[in-house]
Amino acid sequence: MTETTVSRLNVTAATAVAAGGDIAPLIDVRELSLFYGPTQALKRISLTIREKLVTAFIGPSGCGKSTFLRCFNRMNDLIDNVRIEGEVKIAGQDINSREVDVIELRKRVGMVFQRSNPFPKSIYENIAYGLRLHGTRDKSTLDGVVEQSLRSAALWGEVKDRLQSSALGLSGGQQQRLCIARAIAIRPEIILMDEPASALDPIATAKIEDLILELKREFTIVIVTHNMQQAARISDHTAFFYLGELIEYDNTHKIFTNPAKKQTEDYVTGRFG
Amino acid sequence: MNSTPLASPELRRDFRAKSFDFASFLFGGATGLATLLILGILAVILINTLVNGWSGLSWRFVSTIAKKDFFDPDTAAILPMIVGTTLRVFVMTFFVIPVGVITAIYLTEYAHNTSVFTRIIRSAVNNLAGVPSIVFGLFGLGFFINFIGRNLDTLLRYDQPTWGHESILWASMTLAVMTLPVVIVATEESLKAIPTGLREASLALGATKLETILKIVLPQALPGILTGGILAVSRAAGEVAPILFTGAAYFIADLPHKLTDQFMDLGYHVYVLSTQSDNIEKTRPILFATILALLLLTFALNVVAIFVRANMRKKLRSLQ
Amino acid sequence: MSIPTPSAKRTIGWMGIQRGHRARPFEWLMEKFIFLVSLSAILMVFLIFIFVAREALPIFFGQMNSAPVQPALPVEEMNKLPKEKLREYLGLSPAKFAAMDEETKKLLMEARLEAQTEIPEALRQNKDAMLNTTQWRYLLQPYQWTDYDKPEYIWQPIGQIHKYNIMPLLIGSLKTTFAGLVFAVPLAIAAAIYVSQLARPRWREIIKPGIELLSAIPSVVVGSFTMLVLATFLQKVFGYQTRLNAFVAGVGLSLAVIPVVFTIAEDALTSVPRSYTQAALALGASKWQAAWQIVLPAGLPGVFAAVVLGFGRAIGETMIVLMVCSASVMSWSLFDSARSITTTIAAEMAEAVAGSHHYRILFMLGALLFAVTFVTNMIGDLVIHRLKRKLEGKR
Repeated sequence: MTETTVSRLNVTAATAVAAGGDIAPLIDVRELSLFYGPTQALKRISLTIREKLVTAFIGPSGCGKSTFLRCFNRMNDLIDNVRIEGEVKIAGQDINSREVDVIELRKRVGMVFQRSNPFPKSIYENIAYGLRLHGTRDKSTLDGVVEQSLRSAALWGEVKDRLQSSALGLSGGQQQRLCIARAIAIRPEIILMDEPASALDPIATAKIEDLILELKREFTIVIVTHNMQQAARISDHTAFFYLGELIEYDNTHKIFTNPAKKQTEDYVTGRFG
Repeated sequence: MNSTPLASPELRRDFRAKSFDFASFLFGGATGLATLLILGILAVILINTLVNGWSGLSWRFVSTIAKKDFFDPDTAAILPMIVGTTLRVFVMTFFVIPVGVITAIYLTEYAHNTSVFTRIIRSAVNNLAGVPSIVFGLFGLGFFINFIGRNLDTLLRYDQPTWGHESILWASMTLAVMTLPVVIVATEESLKAIPTGLREASLALGATKLETILKIVLPQALPGILTGGILAVSRAAGEVAPILFTGAAYFIADLPHKLTDQFMDLGYHVYVLSTQSDNIEKTRPILFATILALLLLTFALNVVAIFVRANMRKKLRSLQ
Repeated sequence: MSIPTPSAKRTIGWMGIQRGHRARPFEWLMEKFIFLVSLSAILMVFLIFIFVAREALPIFFGQMNSAPVQPALPVEEMNKLPKEKLREYLGLSPAKFAAMDEETKKLLMEARLEAQTEIPEALRQNKDAMLNTTQWRYLLQPYQWTDYDKPEYIWQPIGQIHKYNIMPLLIGSLKTTFAGLVFAVPLAIAAAIYVSQLARPRWREIIKPGIELLSAIPSVVVGSFTMLVLATFLQKVFGYQTRLNAFVAGVGLSLAVIPVVFTIAEDALTSVPRSYTQAALALGASKWQAAWQIVLPAGLPGVFAAVVLGFGRAIGETMIVLMVCSASVMSWSLFDSARSITTTIAAEMAEAVAGSHHYRILFMLGALLFAVTFVTNMIGDLVIHRLKRKLEGKR
């Protein structure tokens, strides 16, 4: 797979190979373009994302990084007039093909949103919701998974005494961690995070970042952020987007210290127009 | 406004009003007076009804059936009218809420917002809200009774007209069509008020669209749907024009037994009492008592629904 | 800005149903069910127009004949007549005519002849009895009936000669409606300005629902209040002859129209951005100047729409006018009685036999009313929509 990518695609893919070493790619995007009606939001993007690593997408607002992220679990389906060209393969399967059941896909590719969006239910029910959807009815199993997910999200200690109270009573940071717990409760393989800490204060942000580094052991994480320090702190690979194009994709360390492109350098050093 | 010229070239430092601002007073006074007048008329209507109607409203009056002359204060009673009005409102609710809610779900959750089809539907629904109630009465007569009812009778080979005549069922259905826009609009509003984030969160967890609607969206929208129900009920409870020729009867000395019966209606009875009486001075107390009963019934239906809604809101807040 | 290629994948299915619906038949079924229910609800909207118009169609196409005296043919002539003529004479639909045997047709002819011979001689001599009064010229133009000394507009559906001139009804409707609007519009708009611009927020919270409560009072209640209380009061004040007249009906109507106009106008004025007022106040304008010179002009289309929708509400109101006045006289005077279109339908539909010309004329009036209110609603909605978009765009 890696070889064909190299032979067929441009420099971007080649740098991706350089970035990944010899871990097998989990997500493989080729020539992906996305249109909102007549407007092209993503322009022929190709990249590969590796398992059990944190990949960060950075770039100025409106550069298409969030739209790109939402291609991985087909959340763009929900928007009228969206058209996609190109290929997104996850574990070798084209997720836009007719055979793919989007529900199955979303079970395996979880998502955490920019604004924390807990359901107006109890903390317990928030996490049990996804499990019940997929057929878990047994009370003790549910209890177990809820506890385990909350522990993984580093929230158990704070909420264990009030599992039955409303999730809306939690603080912003706690709500976001609850959303992460909710996402991991159904054991996805990939977790997409769309600026998960952008609405949080520095302390809550630090907790989320620690959590991401913890979760990396079990999950493949793709995170969109406009906070460059954050990308530098938590990610293994970083992709820089600008105006719907993938400018550069490489090891995080390289992107932030020795980027290949001038545009990337301007952006990471804060000299961007 | 202020006619006093600046006394000297230097900045005026005195902020006290220099003269009485007559125009402001006039404008504020006129608009305020108009507001007061409207509220005054409302108060007069309500107080007049209460004062004149209270004496006539006795337990016997609301709990018995007048066997003959309902213009005579000694024998008049309005139990059949109360039962009739309540019944037609409930049967209407039974039809209008599910249909209205499902239509609103379709419009907000499924239909493409930008398509011409959706736009036509929206404006048709809006327009339906402004159609005169008497036209709904004509529709009920032309469609429900003369078309559906009569064809049902022919199909089922009844000798006597069973469906093809005025009845509670057809009156309620007519009212349901009339109040459909109210329920649709209120439900749509409450569905739109639910953050997209909640729907996305549910879908991202692998819920289907239907599961998301049933488990996340609808529970949230319930208070709004009930508000629509309340509005529909309070509009329908006092409407007379649509039931004039779809179900209301001048006089029946009994309670309705089945949905295909005709019924007596409080609102229609108010009309009958105030226009058909030989001696309006004699009927006046029972007329106002009937009006009072109608207002109270409308009010009671509202209170029940508001109470249920408040309860539901509280439950939603405290959660399970 | 690339052009969509045919190979492009559409990610949205019909109704938003995603792929894989075969795996979830229940879900698929439910979605179809939702679609069906909403489709039928929407169909209902169109059915209203269809069914009201359907019952009135024969009038529009001139297929009804209301003349009580009609040419009667002897039964022997049945076979001499062309088939089509015979069918028309018997007033049967082609399907029914075809299904009928000769014997039944003969019986019908006999019945027809007998009915005509039973008509009293006096009526037979009346030249009006030969007229088909459902024709447009009799509906709209004045006609000099027997025993009248000049052409007149007359609505008199009951009797031997059915006089169906709808002009008195149109004028009745317009008279009461305009009387209603004359009272309602200034009051409601003044109140809307007061509540949206001048009142303190706390008062606003009390006044607004108060005025809207007026719309929750059933129109029969408003009607009987107008008829019993207001009419007497107004007659004492103004001292006119007829106690129940178009003027009183107008006052009653205004009670039903005020909440409509108020709610829409208040909404339009409130939707004018607060920044407009603040800018004016910052320049030293007084509150009323800001309201009168800045907010009102900006929200004017909304106020106009409120008046238009108020008109629709007033012309469609039935019970109030029905209770207050109902004599159909052709007069422009506000202090005469009047009979509106709605009143006529409400009062006469119960007596009209289904399928008769009277019944169909009433339906035609209903269709007319529907068309008028439909147009006014359309205009009102459009104006409000435009205004909202404009104000939001400027914000």
